[in-house]
Amino acid sequence: MKGNFIDNLPKIYGIYTGGFVGFIIIMAIAEQMGMTAKTIGIAFVAFTVFIYALIGYLSRTAQADAYYVAGRQVPTVFNGMATAADWMSGASFVAMAGGIYFKGYGYMALLVGWTGGYVLVASLLAPYLRKFGCYTVPDFIGTRYGGNLARFSAVVVLTVASFTYVTAQINATGTIASVALDIPFQYAVYVGLISILLCSMLGGMRGVTWTQVAQYIVLIIAYLLPVFWISNKMGAGFFPHFMLADEVARIGELEQQFGFVKNAAADLKTVPKGLAGITKAHSAVNATPWAFISLALAMMMGTASLPHVMMRYFTTPSVKAARKSVGWSLFFIFLLYSSAPMLATLSKLSLIDPNLPTGIIGKTFAEVEAIDWYQNWNQANLMFISDFNGNGTLELNEFFMGGKAVVLATPEIAGLPYVISGLVAAGGMAAAMSTADGLILAIANAISHDVYYKIIDPKAETAKRLLVARVLLVIIGFAGATIAAMEIQGILGSVIWAFDFAMSGLFFPLVLGVWWKRANRQGAIAGMLGGLVAGAWYLVWVRTGGSGFLGITQLTFGIFGSAVSLVLMVVVSLMTAEPDKATQKMVDDVRVPSGKSILGKSH
Amino acid sequence: MSNQQKHWEKTRGLLFITLAIWFVFSIGIFLFGAEMNEVTGPFGYPWTYWFTCQGSLGAFVILIFWFANRQEKIDEEFGFSEREDE
Repeated sequence: MKGNFIDNLPKIYGIYTGGFVGFIIIMAIAEQMGMTAKTIGIAFVAFTVFIYALIGYLSRTAQADAYYVAGRQVPTVFNGMATAADWMSGASFVAMAGGIYFKGYGYMALLVGWTGGYVLVASLLAPYLRKFGCYTVPDFIGTRYGGNLARFSAVVVLTVASFTYVTAQINATGTIASVALDIPFQYAVYVGLISILLCSMLGGMRGVTWTQVAQYIVLIIAYLLPVFWISNKMGAGFFPHFMLADEVARIGELEQQFGFVKNAAADLKTVPKGLAGITKAHSAVNATPWAFISLALAMMMGTASLPHVMMRYFTTPSVKAARKSVGWSLFFIFLLYSSAPMLATLSKLSLIDPNLPTGIIGKTFAEVEAIDWYQNWNQANLMFISDFNGNGTLELNEFFMGGKAVVLATPEIAGLPYVISGLVAAGGMAAAMSTADGLILAIANAISHDVYYKIIDPKAETAKRLLVARVLLVIIGFAGATIAAMEIQGILGSVIWAFDFAMSGLFFPLVLGVWWKRANRQGAIAGMLGGLVAGAWYLVWVRTGGSGFLGITQLTFGIFGSAVSLVLMVVVSLMTAEPDKATQKMVDDVRVPSGKSILGKSH
Repeated sequence: MSNQQKHWEKTRGLLFITLAIWFVFSIGIFLFGAEMNEVTGPFGYPWTYWFTCQGSLGAFVILIFWFANRQEKIDEEFGFSEREDE
């Protein structure tokens, strides 16, 4: 029965994809027949969330192996899709194209960083951690270095990094649920949370795996369909990725023609919070090499340290499959990431080119204010215009937009039917839910397995362990939702911090655990705690007016944290005794793919 | 040198090559970002812009699959590849 399910996966998800496409078509027909925009939005979000919850229910399990690592039988390609959904968060889906739209080249370091990190994952870590046979990332640290303190330190770093990340994701599910279902944000956050928990609570990693595959399919359709459609509708080219060179050049021309006029501080005060104007060139190099490289590097090392990504590679059937699976993950991520700059280009050109019917720059204020979509998005607090120089025509520096509008509003501006906007809402919901699921599960599993089972009560029975894991899942989810409801941080900023925290504390202890036999317990503990404290100190220092050094900003503080971590780990390791023979033998065994895993099948 | 040591030596060699290629596409080319962006590259996009949109990203995908295949060959060569039923 089990093997049957795995063999039938392509068929099952094929039918699922067909069903989803059918649903889109039904909605499109319903729209023609007069279904309101609001009903379509609700239908999209409710229908997809219902399917995920159903998958979560069908994947329920009472076995530790299935709960923690999905029974280690997830095929390469499907694990790639699940990882891509796990990885691409609400930030990637909703905010990334907006970031590129406003900040251009300097921001695109994130594209390079969030993909290049997978090379490190594939070559330095994933296959070896898979061979190890651990359930969680602290499980590896705890066994490789030995001792409860090392294990506990890893749990601390994991919790700090993942919790920073998860509040942003719950915030994103709340935002989308509140718009699509038309309920206040404070309640929408908990609707989002319950949807998230429905996927993971009964089936643990197994439930999350199969819902994430389903969520990937929804989010990639929801991202690519509008990009291709808009590009074709604008006549920019039927395959935008290869055909937008003229449009990119045209934006450059228009930037020259309009110029980047600097607004007076008093004028800018009248612009609603969170909205920005176009102040940076679209395709020109507008950052110093170090600013670009340091951000990319921080994101790459952070990628290789984030536990919710790493644990996806514990679910593959073999070491070989783990390596290949990293390649597939990046391929599926590439599909979306390479489309984001195209969407930013199409969105910007459609708004600023006076030769296009949708272009608003150069029109009179009365004309722009009469446009339907402008009124809608102005009401949603995502667009704003103001005649600073009083000449009655809209200039480039007088037009402001929220970052989310690039993804959310462009379909409407281009004149696509509302069914596409409903689809985009479902896609954003899928992206934020899948990442939140992975993160909450990573934290709850680390605490239930590493702290409760390994440290507090090693004799606990499976049923009790899984009960603890589920209770923790709910507690952490509610804690995250409560903080998200307070709306204290922006989505993107906190995501980047999570990477910096993770790399500060975990990158070198993980990598050296495999690649440097001499690394020992004392060194690893010093590296984890020292790195985390150093990184956190740097962040606080820069945030409270500190000048920083070497051009390391609050977005790249992980570079400082991980450097401290590396130095401490090497120095302390060399000053203390080398690891015992058994540990060295363990490292040797990790380095060859064949043979039994280090930790038993059910540990 | 034992079989296992030789295997690790080759594995490490592959790691260095992989990281060198990774370095070129993630860091190396962006040292010359401003200069390279003056030149027209694939599909008519400026070179640096193209790398940040597609080039480097695609190179990483290819690099990982290439790495995985090479590593499998190394494992086979020394008899360390996994049995199918494991």
